[in-house]
Amino acid sequence: MKMSNMHSEQLCVNMGPQHPSTHGVLYLDLRLDGEEVVDCITHIGYLHRSMEKIAENRTYTQFIPFTDRLDYVASMNNNLAYVLAVEKLLNLDVPERAKYIRVIVAELNRIASHLLAIGTFAQDLGAFATPLFYCFREREKVIEIFDEVCGNRLTYNYMRIGGVQFDLPEGIDRRIKDFIKYMRPKINDYEGLLTNNPIFLERTKNIGILSKETAINYSITGPNLRASGVQWDLRKDEPYLVYDKFEFAIPTGKNGDMWDRYRVRMDELSQSLKIIEQAIAGIPEAQATVKAGRMIKPAAGEVYFRAESPRGELGFYIVSDGSVNPYRLKIRAPSFSNLAVLRELVKGVKVADVVGILGSLDILMGEIDR
Amino acid sequence: MRQSKVFELIKLKFPQVSEEDLTKAVIVPQELLPAVANYLKGQDLSFDNLHCITAVDRLERIELVYIFYSFKNRQQAIVKVYLPIDAAEVESLTKFYRSADWFEREVYDLFGVKFLNHPNLARILNPQDWKGYPLRKNYTNPNLIRKP
Repeated sequence: MKMSNMHSEQLCVNMGPQHPSTHGVLYLDLRLDGEEVVDCITHIGYLHRSMEKIAENRTYTQFIPFTDRLDYVASMNNNLAYVLAVEKLLNLDVPERAKYIRVIVAELNRIASHLLAIGTFAQDLGAFATPLFYCFREREKVIEIFDEVCGNRLTYNYMRIGGVQFDLPEGIDRRIKDFIKYMRPKINDYEGLLTNNPIFLERTKNIGILSKETAINYSITGPNLRASGVQWDLRKDEPYLVYDKFEFAIPTGKNGDMWDRYRVRMDELSQSLKIIEQAIAGIPEAQATVKAGRMIKPAAGEVYFRAESPRGELGFYIVSDGSVNPYRLKIRAPSFSNLAVLRELVKGVKVADVVGILGSLDILMGEIDR
Repeated sequence: MRQSKVFELIKLKFPQVSEEDLTKAVIVPQELLPAVANYLKGQDLSFDNLHCITAVDRLERIELVYIFYSFKNRQQAIVKVYLPIDAAEVESLTKFYRSADWFEREVYDLFGVKFLNHPNLARILNPQDWKGYPLRKNYTNPNLIRKP
């Protein structure tokens, strides 16, 4: 009798809500036939803090610290997308220097976030501790830079409507340059550790394949979309801030499997370093912030703005009724859509790969549940 | 292609649609939504991506906001559907866009809009036994603390 004809009684396995590999409080209701996944029902909402309702009772400036808690490993990018959305609503242009500072901190945060993604992904596949600790060592350097820039390690609250909280401190450009010099060879170290490692290849190649059409139909964005072969990056295609002044490539994958998603993130590390290098060289000496006023009252209207966060397109839909509070604020989180596709991806794979596929999607529960 | 061009093309096919003054969004009557979505996804406009669905409570009505995107034409289109607050029901778009599944569940959970023919219209962020729809303006809960 062939193995494929053998079926066992369907088994229900609860993965989470408390589980080290679910990247937060996520509950997967797995239905197994032997080792094979038949169905996977995703339950979310364990971290729901009703951010959108809170926003309706806060002023525009007061909501900035809340955006830190959306995607708490890439707070700068969340701050950035929010203040850019409000600035679009206000038709406010920020000084050139602020734009450069924003690009530098956003790209540094992208590196920190991708390092965490790569480290935990390797950990999920069973490369216990080593790659993760290496990644955390480098991430710590970025966090130390942020500590010096804005005084916080994780929830930065650095962006302001009209600019940034403080100008960059004296001598930080030297430090960032040192970091770039330090980081470049480290990327090669990871390549040596993971990229062509036979065990790693065996675990990631041709598993969890996300086709181009499925990715677009599920509204997947960010590195996951690019890994499926769609050359699409808001920094290039709908440039905001000063991204159009820099030279960088958009890494894309071919098959959309786990390895491609890892590959795209690895390539984005060096592209981000390249952007930071150019931004540091071109940053103008000028005032960093314009005063937008303490009480911001945009005219009645609606605006939708999206920016490229490390996990994909983070969008803010803001409805203003002319008062100091937003009438409605919708957060379009990239991880929300990226997680929705999981059910499709894990059907028919072995149960051990579920953890790997989940890790390769790089979701973060903070912005899914909001 | 601009948003106004998209509006003109939809208007040609569906004369009942109108344009919102402030935002230039396309307002579609609720019974026409599946037909318009089908047309948007089709060959002429090729909006292959439903980027986001959200809603706004305007007290007398609920506005559904659909953001479509076309990777082929690099173009965004915002479609709105006005629903009466006491009978907020609209056809689900899950048969055209699979991203609509979770987006619609979220709008149902927070605004109480019923999406007809949705495969699994259950609450997604709040617990299944939650009472009321939190993002409606008239939502009250005994645990809410009034602002001083």
